[in-house]
Amino acid sequence: MSFVSPEVFAKQKIAAVQDYSVLSWRAISNIFSGPRYWADVFTQMDSIGVGSMPIVVLTGFFTGCVLALQSATSLQAFGSVSLTGNLVALSMVKELGPVLTGLMVSGRNASGMASELGSMKVTEQIDAMRALGTDPVRKLVTPRLYATVFMLFFLTIVADAVGIAGGALVSITLLGLNGSSYFHNSYRALAYGDIVQGLTKPLFSGFIIATVGCYFGMNTKGGTQGVGRATTQAVVVSSVFIIIVDFIVSRAMIGIFGK
Amino acid sequence: MPEDLASNDVQQDSQSSNPAGPVVAFDDVSISFDEKRVLQNVSFNVQRGETRIILGPAGGGKSVLMKLTNGLMRPDSGTIHVFGEDVTAMSETDLFKLRARIGMVFQESALFDSLSVEDNVAYRLHEEHVPEEEAHRRVVEVLQFVELEQAISKFPSELSGGMRRRVSIARAIISKPDLILYDSATAGLDPITSTTIVELIIKQRDVSHTTSLLITHRIQDAFLLAMSRFNAQTGKIEPIPNGGIDDSTKFLVLNEGKIVFDGTTLELVRSTDPWLKEYLA
Repeated sequence: MSFVSPEVFAKQKIAAVQDYSVLSWRAISNIFSGPRYWADVFTQMDSIGVGSMPIVVLTGFFTGCVLALQSATSLQAFGSVSLTGNLVALSMVKELGPVLTGLMVSGRNASGMASELGSMKVTEQIDAMRALGTDPVRKLVTPRLYATVFMLFFLTIVADAVGIAGGALVSITLLGLNGSSYFHNSYRALAYGDIVQGLTKPLFSGFIIATVGCYFGMNTKGGTQGVGRATTQAVVVSSVFIIIVDFIVSRAMIGIFGK
Repeated sequence: MPEDLASNDVQQDSQSSNPAGPVVAFDDVSISFDEKRVLQNVSFNVQRGETRIILGPAGGGKSVLMKLTNGLMRPDSGTIHVFGEDVTAMSETDLFKLRARIGMVFQESALFDSLSVEDNVAYRLHEEHVPEEEAHRRVVEVLQFVELEQAISKFPSELSGGMRRRVSIARAIISKPDLILYDSATAGLDPITSTTIVELIIKQRDVSHTTSLLITHRIQDAFLLAMSRFNAQTGKIEPIPNGGIDDSTKFLVLNEGKIVFDGTTLELVRSTDPWLKEYLA
């Protein structure tokens, strides 16, 4: 590995941010002009949305289960085990549902995008596409971006729902709580602002997953080793971004809704 | 083979007349990567109907020159005109329109591995929303031209290197482009398959007279191209009688990013340049 001067390093990083911003802007704005590749959008929706259902359902369900178990243990100290439903619902909808879904989909799809586009880049398929008169950003990045943002929104709703259901299962079978009161408390705990907060986050996460995955894929260099590197970087960077943006959105939403 | 040509008495017309100006014109083009100069002050013209063979040792900047022609890369300095338009100053959107007139065969074929041979070849037609039936008919026609119609429903991973190259040629010529760029079309192939590809290029040259740029580092392929023709009656490639040379085939030799030769086949073999003589030997 060669060492570069701090000046060159800084310039490289700024250039990368610039390239990422240009790619993201082009990916967003392409939808407002033709040609639009709707078939690719639907294919990606199937691959990203339907394909991610099993991991999202499993993650959401067991997170709800463990949340109910852990919170019941703490709430027992205050004699408030009946509030388990409130805690599970609030935690799932506001925080764990969006973040865990984002991280799971990032692990599955940001890596998939980076490796698929990276392989196309190193085998000159991206250049071939340009040579055949097709804009690769329009054909490859835009469908992935819109498909991820759209599907992550619904995947988060699914994760929230199965998380609350998982919490219910544990509360009823292991903690001996009343099912009706669990769901009643869960429903009452959620306010409009909580739902908005929980469903705003996947829009940002989806954007991050698709743009970061595609950025590293489209900028892959150095053969198969480069594809591996791009895949790893895509997952690491998108996961960290999701958590940082989650914090920023949470703070903004608390500012707006006061909770 | 160069010696055979050197003793040739056939007079060649060195410049084909072209009132509309050159199809490709490089003017003082330079490009560097990581402070390494890959092309230095390269200037040359390719006239309409000409087949320009680009020769030179590996790493001499030949592929970069090809990508510059298609606007896939931009030079650090100099201008490149293709069909009279300055590709160095065009936006990517305008370049997509220009590239519709250019067919390109990549070094490693660059077929879309998730698409079948038919979808690969018909890619451009699908982009232009050509009706499915017509697209299929044209794919079959062009696959017959490259003698590969039996592979229409196969995927690139099921094909040999030579077959992939032929599919790549079919994909490049299906839209009947005005300029074809062959980036090392015979690289990495065995001599027999390589000759098959060259024969296909000769056939394309003599049937459609399309302007083309062709990179090769196999000198025997280059001279086979210059000294053969396609016989429409027999449907076969044959040597031009009396040791003749194809008028439209010219050479450009690059070494370490600089042009060391630009001219006709006869001028090449008669060149007294010591490096060129050694390279051709």
